[in-house]
Amino acid sequence: MKKFIPFLALVIAILVIAVALTPVKNKTAFDLVGFGELPVLSNGRIKPLDTVARSSLLQLQGKQAVKLADGIRLTPEAWLLDVFFRPDKADTYPIFAVHNPELLSLVHKGSENESSQYLAFKDFIPYLQSIEDQAKLASPIEEKSRTAFQRSVTQVAENLMLYERLEHTIETPGTTDFLGELLQFQKDIPAGVQAVRLKQEGKPHDEVLAQKVIQEGKSFMDLSQATSIMVIPSGDPVAHPSAWSTMGQSLLQSFEQGGVDSSALAYAGLGYAWQKQSADQFNQLIPLYRDELNAGYSQAVKKTKVETRFNAAEPFYISMCLYVAAFIIAVISWLKWPESLGRTAFIFVLAAWLLSTAGICTRMWLEGRPPVTNLYSSALFVGWGAVGLCLILEAVFKNAIGSVAAGLVGFSTLLIAHHLALTGDTLEMMRAVLDSNFWLATHVVIVTTGYASTFLAGFLAIIYIVRGLFTQSLDKVTAESLTRMVYGIVCFATLFSLVGTILGGVWADQSWGRFWGWDPKENGALIIVLWNALILHARWGGLVKQRGIMCFAIFGNIVTAWSWFGTNMLGIGLHSYGFTEAAFWSLALFVISQLVLIGLGNIPLKYWRSFKASA
Amino acid sequence: MTALLRQFRDLFVSLKLTVVLLGLSIILVFWATLAQTDLGVYGVQQKFFHSLFIMEKIPRTDFPFPIFPGGYFIGALLFLNLIIAQVSRLRLSWKKFGIWITHLGLILLLIGELLSGLLQQDNDMVLDNGQTKNYAESQRQNELVITDVTDPKQDDVTAIPVALVADLTTVQVPQIPFQIVPKLFYPNAQIASRAQAPNAPAAPATQGVGTQAVLMPLAPTVKDNERNEPAASIELIGSEGSLGTWLVSADPAMPVQKFDYKGKTWKIAMRATRRYLPFSLTLVKFSHDVYAGTDIPKNFSSLVRLHEGTSQTNREVLIYMNNPLRTHGLTFYQSGFANQDRTAILQVVRNPSWQLPYVACLLMTLGLIFQFSLHLVGFFNRRKPATAHA
Repeated sequence: MKKFIPFLALVIAILVIAVALTPVKNKTAFDLVGFGELPVLSNGRIKPLDTVARSSLLQLQGKQAVKLADGIRLTPEAWLLDVFFRPDKADTYPIFAVHNPELLSLVHKGSENESSQYLAFKDFIPYLQSIEDQAKLASPIEEKSRTAFQRSVTQVAENLMLYERLEHTIETPGTTDFLGELLQFQKDIPAGVQAVRLKQEGKPHDEVLAQKVIQEGKSFMDLSQATSIMVIPSGDPVAHPSAWSTMGQSLLQSFEQGGVDSSALAYAGLGYAWQKQSADQFNQLIPLYRDELNAGYSQAVKKTKVETRFNAAEPFYISMCLYVAAFIIAVISWLKWPESLGRTAFIFVLAAWLLSTAGICTRMWLEGRPPVTNLYSSALFVGWGAVGLCLILEAVFKNAIGSVAAGLVGFSTLLIAHHLALTGDTLEMMRAVLDSNFWLATHVVIVTTGYASTFLAGFLAIIYIVRGLFTQSLDKVTAESLTRMVYGIVCFATLFSLVGTILGGVWADQSWGRFWGWDPKENGALIIVLWNALILHARWGGLVKQRGIMCFAIFGNIVTAWSWFGTNMLGIGLHSYGFTEAAFWSLALFVISQLVLIGLGNIPLKYWRSFKASA
Repeated sequence: MTALLRQFRDLFVSLKLTVVLLGLSIILVFWATLAQTDLGVYGVQQKFFHSLFIMEKIPRTDFPFPIFPGGYFIGALLFLNLIIAQVSRLRLSWKKFGIWITHLGLILLLIGELLSGLLQQDNDMVLDNGQTKNYAESQRQNELVITDVTDPKQDDVTAIPVALVADLTTVQVPQIPFQIVPKLFYPNAQIASRAQAPNAPAAPATQGVGTQAVLMPLAPTVKDNERNEPAASIELIGSEGSLGTWLVSADPAMPVQKFDYKGKTWKIAMRATRRYLPFSLTLVKFSHDVYAGTDIPKNFSSLVRLHEGTSQTNREVLIYMNNPLRTHGLTFYQSGFANQDRTAILQVVRNPSWQLPYVACLLMTLGLIFQFSLHLVGFFNRRKPATAHA
């Protein structure tokens, strides 16, 4: 029986990966997947509407699926279609997460379900002005000195603005027949433009038509200023691939071009079909419009298709589940069936790591960048690098320690990444100062590998202490091999953090003319190098033995966490690109937990279950 | 060898000292990072790294007291520890070759950091479109300048460091026929026209624009993107008595102040300390792009023309992110912009020891790779017979 477990695990792992790779099917009659794949330009990048919907929902409510009061679930695309074309309905969806009690009490006055932390846009309508005023009062205060209420009200004001801008992406909310208007406008343009010209010259003209066209121009102008999502490709696709327009801008241009852009009509048509809930018309329009885009923007269409698949596959979420499974199975393997369960855990870790690899590679291809470009991708990469090392350790030592560590590190880094993704789209454009693929590929990747390996040493040390203190399973051989692993990983970490840090200095010298500026992030990296060097010298000098190294390695977790996140919290320096206020308490909690573990490591050996047994 | 000397050597050879020093430097770097929120990067460098000890004033006195070893102290001890240990303990062998190389790299890195701490100069060059300058300006230091502008072809400049003005020291120099007597000094202040703030007290001046100005003292800033703009009230005393009191300020909005004395025309001003260059730069054009539909900067670049008086060098150079201009031992890099994209701010760095870290980096990388590969090979060799037995 136990011989078959690893085989079963292999089948499960292959199945999981296969499911992740199969294309998503439409759950309703509408081709929502096709709609989600349509490319738009937002935040400087061409991305599918699917990503717009998902990252907006993550920012608004912290999750991607919309759950309505009557238990109905909407896909991100269906939600986005309602926001675009049926705002009356969308305004009733409870998608604004508000956790601050003061703010909740402000909005909940007179609302029916006073306990809910998820509010709909309509709940806010009577208070829009007072929320805006409160946010304005809070805005001059530096982010780190704001009170919880001030932070919350600023966040909600931003979210409301995001939502209102989304609503204005295609048409002004309240428009009943946008397609009809556009078609009529299309007909009116030649005569209308002529009428306005004659009016300006003071010659006889059709006053009704001129007024109508002027009114339309004004409303297009308002629409063009009310959103930043550019849905209409409007330049030469080869020479200016990023020359896109918002709907309003494109409609304004139609005065000059003498006709409405076909993309604008396509979106108006989709809106018409969605409002009428006519799946046939909707499903006919999608491939028509896609074929038209394919003529000039085939690369963009290809990328958005892959990105939509990537979003739906959620490779990092599946990896996270596999890491948990691997961790549990590997821990059990220390108690029972070490060989077959150990191999099972290894297979799960390998599957999770391969999925993460595929996910990271997809992101690299989409962005055209090396793997680490922001805090989010650094979390992915730290996990990936550490688990990669664990796979090597496990292949060499075959004692499930590598799998347990992989489960721990893999799960926690992906959890961190998940929380970092709540601020919006994680494929951001690179600020000018960071725009150098060469240095991103060398300095950033190497220094992040340094972080990953320092963490791994720390997690291996935690395994030593927990197993030794609380179980009888840490025999002499295991203890020694764990020590060897930690030592080897610390050597590796020293090399990578040192080389990475110095390369950072070289980059600084190349771009700023100075090697070292004592910037917080530089200092953080330096502390990691110094700490790893300290561990090695303390060991070589015989100042610490097994347990000492373990405690030192756990302290390395604190040092690395500080360098990774703590330095960004200071909000100063050239590297303060990701201010993560909410992460402060998590970091504090992490530091305390590590200090407790170090404290446990210092309990006299006679109380350790493993060593008491052998003594 | 005497007992004392031997004790001394044993202390400096010991790995214990290394570990203690590494620990101290971690605390120092961490503390200095936190202190940056209050002191700014420059203040922290002076107090923590370019010092033997971190000095704090004893509460309620002005008496400074060392509370922690500073960067120079720890660095020097590490340096000694490294060299003495290396020479007396580590044998020169292939097994230790990697450590030798790594430590050699570290020695170079420490020397490089010491040199750049002593020699590195940072200045700014602020250029409007079309403007030409042959000097860079200090980011932190200011000077009081008295200029003889009688001859339209040539200015005679006398610069007085602001430290003397701050101490209210009377200055008398042969080039100038009057004494300079600082009356009041503000390390950071804003100047406004009296019309803008009619109720504010008058600025301390009897001559020049100061009579129509008000002065608002500000707390000195430590932020890296802000400058202190000191102001002072200066009385000039000639042989026949006082010429009057002028208000000077490093605020760039301050108008030029001229006056005549004994047949010559003089200019008085407070300004950022200038460092003159053997060439000049003209900003041809500053450009700045953002990603479509966002405020995220995509690139900054300054097209400048480099003129050298004597030789025929006159060329255009594009300075952009990650691509500075290096010339005459100086590095010009794009550090900012202002004035709705019409002004470029270039930072000018002189760092004569800039090559050392490159060599150090290479040595340390190779050394560590060599040493750890040796460990790894040893580990696998030892494992092979062990598994064969099992």
